[in-house]
Amino acid sequence: MASRRGNAKTGEQSDKYSVLLPTYNERENLPLIVWLLVKYFGESGYNYEIIVIDDGSPDGTLQIAEQLQKIYGADKILLRPRAKKLGLGTAYIHGIKHASGNFVIIMDADLSHHVSTLPLKQKEGGYDLVSGTRYRGDGGVYGWDLRRKLISRGANFVTQVLLRPGASDLTGSFRLYKKEVLEKLVEQCVSKGYVFQMEMIVRARQLGYTVGEVPISFVDRVYGESKLGGNEIVSFLKGLLTLFATT
Amino acid sequence: MTKLLEWLLGVSLIGVAWGLVTFDLLDLQLPPQYRELAWPMPVYLLVVFGCYSLATVGYRVATFNDCEDAAKELQAQIKEAKEDLKKKGLKM
Repeated sequence: MASRRGNAKTGEQSDKYSVLLPTYNERENLPLIVWLLVKYFGESGYNYEIIVIDDGSPDGTLQIAEQLQKIYGADKILLRPRAKKLGLGTAYIHGIKHASGNFVIIMDADLSHHVSTLPLKQKEGGYDLVSGTRYRGDGGVYGWDLRRKLISRGANFVTQVLLRPGASDLTGSFRLYKKEVLEKLVEQCVSKGYVFQMEMIVRARQLGYTVGEVPISFVDRVYGESKLGGNEIVSFLKGLLTLFATT
Repeated sequence: MTKLLEWLLGVSLIGVAWGLVTFDLLDLQLPPQYRELAWPMPVYLLVVFGCYSLATVGYRVATFNDCEDAAKELQAQIKEAKEDLKKKGLKM
């Protein structure tokens, strides 16, 4: 087999990062997140592709995605839409099938983070999984009042005590996985919504995968609102107790 | 073993140990100091854990980073992105 010569600028020619973007009504956020991804990947020199998985958004997200594809090229922006809102787990399965990278990056269409920190950290420790955390290093939040901080830290404390997950932030969705690790985990996880994200990390540790962390600055969605009311807290506790009893 | 089972096992073991010492179930004729010490232990441990929890969460809330710089940077980038995309032909 011919030896692989690395490009002096990009280093690892063989690594490719597939970013999965499940979207639902993100016509405002999507162009901005794509622009940021193109910018950061461009600067870092890593090889990448962005896979937009739109679940039939009524606000025209798919049309915006098509325009972005024309601007940036169909090799960089892949569109794999679905007919209706089918949930996160299946969106990942669907996305993985079309991902040509050996690493998969999962992120919300939130506008927050410097994506290049993920591959960087992964290379540092050869991790199977890298997760963004608001609670360590210089990670943090913006514009949160005392109540929201208290609920967040309190919920995280309860989670740490009950699940001892070996990761400081379970509910974030800014992560990088080795493709085969993500495939294995999605197979095993049964929860829905963000509890699914929590279950992924808990199961990852149980299966012996290594987890690295990078600090992230969580800046709230610019065009939307984040509510943290009684309902959200109750459903979080339900999800947590389910994980407690089943993992 | 699930976390729930781990906890149940742990609590049972501690419970049995506590019961054995407090009520001298194995008839070991332990000196009364041991029994007096063991008897309030569960409540004592719960109180200690409660204080630890409050202190830990309080500390973490107080030291929760506020990312002013990141927010500013993001705002600037959003502006830059919109202009750039418009130039490239994106119709929003």
